[in-house]
Amino acid sequence: MSAHVETIEHPSVGIPTFVKVWIALLVLTGIEVLLAYEQVPTMIMLTALVGLSVIKAALIIAYFMHLKFERFSLFLTLFPMLVFCILLMLIFLGDATRIPVMRPPS
Amino acid sequence: MSSQATAAATASVWEGGQSPYAANSKKFGMWLFIISDALTFSALLFAYTYSRVANPDWPKPFEFTPAIIFSSVMTFSLLTSSLTMVMAVHSMNVGNRASTVKWILATMVAGGTFVALHLTEWLKLINEEHVTPFQNPWGVPLFGATFFAITGLHMTHVVIGILYLGIICQAVARGKFKAEDVEVAGLYWHFVDLVWMFVFPLVYLMSARVG
Repeated sequence: MSAHVETIEHPSVGIPTFVKVWIALLVLTGIEVLLAYEQVPTMIMLTALVGLSVIKAALIIAYFMHLKFERFSLFLTLFPMLVFCILLMLIFLGDATRIPVMRPPS
Repeated sequence: MSSQATAAATASVWEGGQSPYAANSKKFGMWLFIISDALTFSALLFAYTYSRVANPDWPKPFEFTPAIIFSSVMTFSLLTSSLTMVMAVHSMNVGNRASTVKWILATMVAGGTFVALHLTEWLKLINEEHVTPFQNPWGVPLFGATFFAITGLHMTHVVIGILYLGIICQAVARGKFKAEDVEVAGLYWHFVDLVWMFVFPLVYLMSARVG
């Protein structure tokens, strides 16, 4: 084997964990597709899909992107700001519900 | 968390001056880019949600078979590419460059499959169902505008990711670059996968039609 050994940092998670996370992601995706097939009412569907997607995102960030094993200060620097900005965007969503009512009848 | 032990050894994490994140600058830079890019995609997805709520007659053009099944296969190839990327980072961390190159190539193939399937879908929508960014047969022009903007920007990210991985891959094969460079490329690739985890349910599954 010509693969020369370099600076080895001990991996904090192993291959079985990655495969488990991958299977979990596939199962969650399967549940989402099943929800679409069952034609669940729109608001329940939206809540369930966004909820499942946030779980999937958290799995990817924690394990694949390794954030769970970084210093907590890195998480604190990056994510509260992101969540805060997304919540600020959502403030405007209420306006959208008024637009169909305000539209003149055609 | 192993970080507590290191933190205790280097006085306070918050005193600064001694790598407060215990991460190299490339990794931190990529994280900052990812957060800003996440805001771009959030804004686009928010604009899409806003338009959709404002138009109660929003079309649901995706038949469960074949369109949703097709995009599920796309999701599968992207999720699998994340697994192979994580394996590439893992091999590089244990110092095995030969298998790192193989895993990165597998990631590029899976990413390429995603782009090929996505383009097939785009061409079908454009040529057979006459959906363009400005008009479509269902009367809500914003459908095409939001669909092509969101999936188009995401596909651009995937294509850039494949090129990025190609550069990393040939460098690793020639014995250049360190484990951290593969890890940073991995961060970007996982982020592209992460964005699709929101695009797929919101754009496709919310517009699914059965029967």
